[in-house]
Amino acid sequence: MTGLIIMNEQPSPFVGGASDQLMTPALSGKRASIDFKEATFRGWRRENGRVGVRNHVVILPLDDLSNAVCEAVANNVKGTLAIPHAYGRLQFGADLELHFRTLIGAGSNPNVAAVVVVGIEDGWTKRVVDGIAKTGKPVIGFGIEGHGDIATISRASYQAKRFVQWASELAREECPIADLWVSTKCGESDTTTGLSSCPTVGNMYDKLIPLGVYGVFGETSEITGAEHLCKERAADPDIAEKWYKMWNAYQRDVIEAHKTDDLSDSQPTKGNIAGGLTTIEEKALGNLEKIGRNSRYIDVLEPAEAPAKGPGLYYMDTSSAAAECVTLMAAGGYVVHTFPTGQGNVIGNPIVPVIKISGNPKTLRTMGEHIDVDVTGVLRRDMTLDQAGDALIDMIVRTANGRLTAAESLGHREFSMTKLYRSA
Amino acid sequence: MAVSDSASVHRTGVPHILAHSPKDNVAVVVVEGLKAGTTALGVVTENNSSFTVEVKDDVPIGHKVALVDLSETTTVIKYGQDVGRMTGGAEKGRHVHTHNMKTKRW
Repeated sequence: MTGLIIMNEQPSPFVGGASDQLMTPALSGKRASIDFKEATFRGWRRENGRVGVRNHVVILPLDDLSNAVCEAVANNVKGTLAIPHAYGRLQFGADLELHFRTLIGAGSNPNVAAVVVVGIEDGWTKRVVDGIAKTGKPVIGFGIEGHGDIATISRASYQAKRFVQWASELAREECPIADLWVSTKCGESDTTTGLSSCPTVGNMYDKLIPLGVYGVFGETSEITGAEHLCKERAADPDIAEKWYKMWNAYQRDVIEAHKTDDLSDSQPTKGNIAGGLTTIEEKALGNLEKIGRNSRYIDVLEPAEAPAKGPGLYYMDTSSAAAECVTLMAAGGYVVHTFPTGQGNVIGNPIVPVIKISGNPKTLRTMGEHIDVDVTGVLRRDMTLDQAGDALIDMIVRTANGRLTAAESLGHREFSMTKLYRSA
Repeated sequence: MAVSDSASVHRTGVPHILAHSPKDNVAVVVVEGLKAGTTALGVVTENNSSFTVEVKDDVPIGHKVALVDLSETTTVIKYGQDVGRMTGGAEKGRHVHTHNMKTKRW
């Protein structure tokens, strides 16, 4: 015996899988995209009716000071997930509101079954607990002051254990594909993203948005050069004006107020430029390929704001930094993220599976372990965008059913709060 | 597009370069190791027409080549849209990137 287990590698019935992906014997050979209008997935329907595709019990720090307790609790109680982050003290005004909206939104996300919140003091901790409790899911908070870390870890661990055992018995149920909320943002883009992976997401949205799926795109600075086209894609003139006002405010208050040069090396990034993108205009036009040809956005959301106008495509005001943007969209309630990359961004998120799509053959060759959907055929012209969109729909449904993404299996859990200005 | 369209009927093989729109004056290299002197097969994705252009630099995958002679200050067109201006000249087939092209914004 050699000690090697020889796997019977059968060709996968799913086109577009990255080359290192094995056929899973238990997987249905039927592609969701064959009849995507009737496609279903198996998710967890939460107390408020929303459907999650993961079943996390989250140990959520209110502030940077509480990370240590949360990580100790997650170490004590297996199957729970701490989400450490950098902020939460002495914030004020719009920045503080965004902090609360992001934490409450993350805890409220349907991919989360239950939440233990830990903060340095009780007042703001309770505000996060009360916000998450509106979903009807189990949530409890602990303040550290007056108890210390060790007693807090003990008390929080008992509750975390109760929650995780309860959550482990919740069953998935069959849900229509319309119950999915699918976000998008691209990263480490290059010229191949605008030709292949971004329009693949656009093709997916063209197929799924009419079925009642919620979509969202953002990256406000990265519309620069395509703002005239983005404005035209609003559902009506009022939404277009709302969008344009928001875009102009970002130019004025963020970019123009703080820039020290033409942003070369920042937007586009060094990676973008290495991949052949030269200007922000060129990058923006590729970015906008993600919304496809047909959908119109029906509202413009604040960062981390949950959509409230029913099914359809939304715009969310975000930066173009990958982890910040995906964190804000997760807080808005989106349960699956689609992430086109050219040069090979490795991002993940703790609560939302991030599906990576790439058409760059060099990236598939050199870092294929990060890619979930291979659309290099679009550049070779042996795969149509329609086929690429189908491959992505298949991967969205497989991921919703429980397949771990590349980012999940590699342990990427980037949770990055957006900070609007310095704390008091 | 200001390039020869004569190969559209006879296209064979995998394209070396792709342009988005017939209006584009640059195209993207989509294969690794493209060498100067190669007669590159190009496709316009919008209408699936094909063309050829002789590439005059070694151009990395993802980078752009000029489809016409581009002089300094010329507006670079990609996706059929304005994506910046030339800060130096680039003959047809030459590499177009940060050394000879710049944003009009910021």
